[in-house]
Amino acid sequence: MDIHEYQAKELLNNSGVKTLKSVLCRNPEEAYRAYQVLSSSLVAVKAQVHAGGRGKAGGVKIVKSADEAKSIAEKMIGMNLITKQTGKEGKIVRKVLIEEGAAIVKEYYLSVTIDRKISSVVFVVSADGGMEIEEVSKNTPEKILTVSINPMHGVKSFHILKMLLFLGIKKNLYNDFSNLINLLYNAFVKEDMSMLEINPLILTEANLFIPLDAKIILDDNASIRHPYFSDFEDEDEEEPLEIKAKSVGLNYIKLDGNVGCMVNGAGLAMATMDTIKEFGAMPANFLDVGGTADSKRVETAFNILLSDKNVKGIFINIFGGIVKCDMVAKGVITAAKNIGLKLPVVIRLEGTNAETAVKLINNSEMNFIVSRDLADGAKKISDIVNKTKTNL
Amino acid sequence: MSILINKNTSVLVQGITGKEGSFHALKCIEYGTNIIAGVTPFKGKTLFNESIPVYNTIEEAKKEGKKIDATMVFVPAGFAASSIIEAIEAEISLIVCITEGIPVMDMLNVKAALNCSKSIMIGPNCPGIITADECKIGIMPGFIHKKGKIGVLSRSGTLTYEAVNQITKAGFGETTCIGIGGDPIIGSSFTDFLRLFEKDPETEAVVMIGEIGGTAEEEASEFVKNNMKKPVVGFIAGKTAPAGRRMGHAGAIISGGKGTAPEKLKTMETNGVYIADNPSVIAETLKKALKLH
Repeated sequence: MDIHEYQAKELLNNSGVKTLKSVLCRNPEEAYRAYQVLSSSLVAVKAQVHAGGRGKAGGVKIVKSADEAKSIAEKMIGMNLITKQTGKEGKIVRKVLIEEGAAIVKEYYLSVTIDRKISSVVFVVSADGGMEIEEVSKNTPEKILTVSINPMHGVKSFHILKMLLFLGIKKNLYNDFSNLINLLYNAFVKEDMSMLEINPLILTEANLFIPLDAKIILDDNASIRHPYFSDFEDEDEEEPLEIKAKSVGLNYIKLDGNVGCMVNGAGLAMATMDTIKEFGAMPANFLDVGGTADSKRVETAFNILLSDKNVKGIFINIFGGIVKCDMVAKGVITAAKNIGLKLPVVIRLEGTNAETAVKLINNSEMNFIVSRDLADGAKKISDIVNKTKTNL
Repeated sequence: MSILINKNTSVLVQGITGKEGSFHALKCIEYGTNIIAGVTPFKGKTLFNESIPVYNTIEEAKKEGKKIDATMVFVPAGFAASSIIEAIEAEISLIVCITEGIPVMDMLNVKAALNCSKSIMIGPNCPGIITADECKIGIMPGFIHKKGKIGVLSRSGTLTYEAVNQITKAGFGETTCIGIGGDPIIGSSFTDFLRLFEKDPETEAVVMIGEIGGTAEEEASEFVKNNMKKPVVGFIAGKTAPAGRRMGHAGAIISGGKGTAPEKLKTMETNGVYIADNPSVIAETLKKALKLH
């Protein structure tokens, strides 16, 4: 789960990590007042969207007066910010963070993530702060240090020393640096983060280490022990159809193609999308209807697929295991009747009670095309949508 | 032969009285699995299915002389890590965790505990393990499996059934099939099981079904290149998955440009894995691999 910079900083503050003074603003007037409150001549206006790369895209501006803060905020709020990470459609800015300036001596890169390969928390640091770490890692990997932390032992002094020496931080700053690393590690573990990226981490003239930016991803699975996670959700940042799907327990991700997909199981759903592409069409979505594909769920799934106007045909791929194909077929027929489905549908059924299910579909009034093989089904639906395309 | 489990394996079910646990425990018994006990806190001294004793803890079961070879964990996500560590401390050799949604931080602790133990863990967030016609510890449909000569490994559920169905229909049949789990941190990797399949005299080839995210398939293919004489067929789901999105499984995510399907396929092919371009041709690719290899 992605959260905003201001929320990330709130989490860090609660964990004892100091950040610069800042005020969250939803309109230009608030930005004007925020400038006055901050009592710093240089102030940053930062767009709050769930995406990095804001600086280069015009989502971070430095201002020198309350009037300027107001006018910049006016331009920023409501703008469609397109950064390297938002995709071409961009993200609408709804909030800005007004943050006091700082006298920066040096910028570093620091992130904490989970290394799947070694099942450990790892720190990644670089003295090339402010740069995109993917670029640094590609072009100058020697400028990056990775330090893994054994979860049984936690952060030890030698870990701190390694990072300090690599970053060229002076000995007299050891205690401050050590304190920061320990606080970050504890916050990462205690709050169940999957990623914490501070880019840049700054050293100020007053010899303080301060996260100038902070990006945090929280582990969705851990929401069972952190009720506050739901307060951090921002529906404005998500695709409305995905929110609707989530509310009924469907796993849906919108894509750009025109074949609506309904599949049971995440792996099979991905494989189905891939097969559609192989036959020359593109999937409009990822949709896992899960283990209980009853008529109510299928109906919601149909409605979600149909809300996407790009969808020209639907491919249903069910491998019945514990779920019985005939039950799914009944659900599909009822749901399709209820909503008066008119789009072409190819349905592929295999596994438990597939024969009965095929009969049910064939005997229904629905004009479904039945297939027993994944590739064959994917080819049929791809041919149909490609034909619709040329007819237009 | 087979790997890890057979008809003699005695199985404990942790979370046996829950909705999922009880449903699937019954299905496993139907398949022929030797389930000897269950554990559910505060349900001790009761019977499941009128015959299987339920205990509050594993320790109680062991005190009553139960010899446990494997455990199947259905405990809810928030408590699952505790149950797995309980099983590790009770020195159960095989732990199969079906539960989905365990926090990653919990799994880091479980992994650390596994590293200091002799237990092997499968999952979490997986369909489990089955040795065809002998023993099923998991939630897969039993009827698609048939005793034969192919080992199957997968990060997915229904996609595995798709592959198994083809392998059975093509007449090969399976030795053992394992769903290793769709989470970023899992008990055992593809490589751990490839090592066992290579040693198993009945397994003649292995089908490995991977997906986007992480580098487990690349590492496994290194092992294939350096240590395996048997052919391995590979498939990767998620060629059309967008970067940065979790495709259903917590571990299926392309992050920082890493973990893409083309990247994995390229490495696997270079290392001598026979690639199935789409899931419909898994059995066909297997035929070719057995002939060519």
